[in-house]
Amino acid sequence: MKAKGEYLLEALNIVKVFGTLRANDDVTLKVKPGEIHAFLGENGAGKSTLVKMIYGALQPTAGEFRWMGEKIVVPNPAAARKLGIGMVFQHFSLFEALTVAENIALAMPGPFDLGVLSEKIARVSKDYGLPLEPTATVADLSVGERQRIEIVRCLLQEPKLLIMDEPTAVLTPQEADQLFKVLARLAGEGCAVIYISHRLEEVKRLCHSATILRHGKVVAHVDPTKETAASLAKLMVGGDIHVVHTPRKVTDGKVRLKLDALSLHADGPFAVELKNISLDVKAGEVVAIAGVAGNGQGELFDAISGERHTKAGMLVMDGKPSGNEGVSARRRLGGAFVPEERLGHGAVPGFKLSDNIVLTRHASDTDVVKSGFLQKNGAANVSERVIKDFDVRKGKPDPEARALSGGNLQKFVVGRELDRKPGILVVNQPTWGVDAGAAATIRQALVDLSRKGSAVLVISQDLDEIFEIADRIAVISRGQMSEAFPASQMTAEKIGLLMAGEHEVHTHAA
Amino acid sequence: MRLEKRPERSNAMAIASPFIAFALTIVTAAIIFTLRGNNPFAALYVYFIEPLTALWSIEQTLVKASPLILIGAGLSVAYRANVWNIGAEGQLTAGAILAGSVPVLFPQWQSPLALLAMIILGVIGGMLWASIPAILRNRFNANEILTSLMLVYVVQLLLDYLVRGPWRDPQGFNFPKTVSFSGWQTLPYLTSGIHAGVVITVLIALALGLVMSRTLKGFEIAVTGQSPRAARFAGFSEKSTVMFCFLLAGGLAGLAGAFEISSVVGQLQPQISPGYGFAAIIVAFLGRLNPIGVIFAGLLLALSYIGGEAVQTALQIPDKITRVIQGILLFYILACDTLINYRIVTSSPVLQKA
Repeated sequence: MKAKGEYLLEALNIVKVFGTLRANDDVTLKVKPGEIHAFLGENGAGKSTLVKMIYGALQPTAGEFRWMGEKIVVPNPAAARKLGIGMVFQHFSLFEALTVAENIALAMPGPFDLGVLSEKIARVSKDYGLPLEPTATVADLSVGERQRIEIVRCLLQEPKLLIMDEPTAVLTPQEADQLFKVLARLAGEGCAVIYISHRLEEVKRLCHSATILRHGKVVAHVDPTKETAASLAKLMVGGDIHVVHTPRKVTDGKVRLKLDALSLHADGPFAVELKNISLDVKAGEVVAIAGVAGNGQGELFDAISGERHTKAGMLVMDGKPSGNEGVSARRRLGGAFVPEERLGHGAVPGFKLSDNIVLTRHASDTDVVKSGFLQKNGAANVSERVIKDFDVRKGKPDPEARALSGGNLQKFVVGRELDRKPGILVVNQPTWGVDAGAAATIRQALVDLSRKGSAVLVISQDLDEIFEIADRIAVISRGQMSEAFPASQMTAEKIGLLMAGEHEVHTHAA
Repeated sequence: MRLEKRPERSNAMAIASPFIAFALTIVTAAIIFTLRGNNPFAALYVYFIEPLTALWSIEQTLVKASPLILIGAGLSVAYRANVWNIGAEGQLTAGAILAGSVPVLFPQWQSPLALLAMIILGVIGGMLWASIPAILRNRFNANEILTSLMLVYVVQLLLDYLVRGPWRDPQGFNFPKTVSFSGWQTLPYLTSGIHAGVVITVLIALALGLVMSRTLKGFEIAVTGQSPRAARFAGFSEKSTVMFCFLLAGGLAGLAGAFEISSVVGQLQPQISPGYGFAAIIVAFLGRLNPIGVIFAGLLLALSYIGGEAVQTALQIPDKITRVIQGILLFYILACDTLINYRIVTSSPVLQKA
């Protein structure tokens, strides 16, 4: 094969159109062998679209890809793997009931010998400092260990290019450090890495070059080591970011939301059991629950919102034991809830925005539902107010929820609850997928609500967000929760140790 | 070849879908008639046009449409909630049995109250029979498609036993049927052909249309069907929605059974319905799962019954043709609806590399 030029992969003038949206508009990205190349941009900027095309999961509308100077078409992921392109997705594609070796075997082309493969897995994983037990069942592994499986799976195919989509979002700070070492070593061996992340400090630390995308277009190629996190953020957003103003919290507020030794059995083989969770959220404060994804946050949210019931005394709202009450009763007590999943949980995809207002407000607002009849005008008024106050961008006057971008729908579902001025607000991942400007608006609204005497509980995986708005911070891991410490006493290191389970009570020796 | 989800669905096509399906059914029917050696135009005229040229056959169409609309309206609500009640035929039969118990056991009771009792018992009978698959789904997560369908055959055999055994008319020359109902044990007629049940049917369908579009109950049903997780988050109980949908559709099917035996059939006999409960499934889909749309769809399906009888007598085409045409119609509706949301892609990508 003749070598044309120094680049391993070139994406030249790539265009990808979805309907009327130009997700990628004339995007050019060049990656050299041995280079860790950061690919930055807000959610919806078009990063995932491009890497999916590189990995063969999507086809470009126009433009071409070159691999070691040769023009290529990548029709599907199998072809990409054959070329030497590996990808670690943000959401893992592992079968929880199978072992590590079985999961890896499934991705291998052609026949294989499980014994030989297991040996190879053990050797490669040890060699790279990613220890894995090939016979372990995936369901028993932590999220960090599961990510290792995905990485080892790529390494076994001796990739020339590794694509990583937000790999540290699910890791503790300590696990992330370990990952950075592996990536640096791979780069040293000549493997190129395309690294997608929102965490600008780690990009500065790890990456050799960066391509920044905004609204589907490339806005800059920079050397991240010569930039500051603030200057990178400015390039991504295209302007300065509002700094959340957190006035001093009201002291001695009364307890509005109390979790008292809340326990809840797991409702599926791979769900998390909640064990003995206690927490007081007082009027006037924002309490945050940090934790790596999948450690019981969803289960805890369901128990607080009333989608799952507990013993009455395990959850007390404004002094009233409510653990056995339904969702509507809790809303009537002044509770408001925003789940992590917007489409299909927080909103019905095929319903108009005004109908999605009815979803959470039918029990509490008589101008939305009166004596069993829908008040279409009332719901439309609320919808318009939320859209205006939270700058929800949309194509039609009253579009279906699924027509909105993720960030705009998030603004809508958060705004729908904030608009009620609830006494108790519980939000799971308040700014997930929202651009930096809108995230600041939402965070400010959460702080402002608390300072007016409401109790605000935020469940988040974003430590920056937590440090920005929380007065107290608790950490959840494997269904157990630490004490809530004042934010001023917390550091990323301490949270990392708690995420790894330092506070957990072990009922039996491991 | 595979199906790929369309990025956006066309609203115009969603409205046009039942019409396209009907047009395709006509074309297919014409091909079937041609293959049998009939003149397709003459056969289509006898099937679909001629019944609409005489008053008596228009009345017949309305009377046949009544049970289809009644059951179809109930099913359209259930299907919106993703509650797949396939057993309306059995619920109709159960309603007919309970309603029929009044004239069979109390033949001397001649009063408007007797008719009212029959109607109420008909609704209760349908509800009771429908509550079985609802309870099985809610308690044991049993698939309601199977349970509701199997229960059809159970209750049909029960009816068979009753009319051949304990409820047989002693003066009936050993025919498997009960006494003929008369007086206040039958529905009053508005014209020579149309009974009061037809009017009640239309009123119920309109009321259900209002419930679905204007009330919280209708909203709850639509949310449960589209997004069960969001329904739970909204504070709606899936189990009570399942029960509500079964009781509603079952009750209306039972009412249709009571209407049939107190008007057209006039007694209990082994067969009291030419498959209205199954044809109503087509009616519900053809009517876009909207109780108002079901009124029009019910009229079209009723025409397919009348037309089937017409081609049988005029052209000696077997009456099975009715089921064939109804089946083809349902097939085309489902195909059109699928192709509105998906498109067929025939690509076999190959790796091109220099």
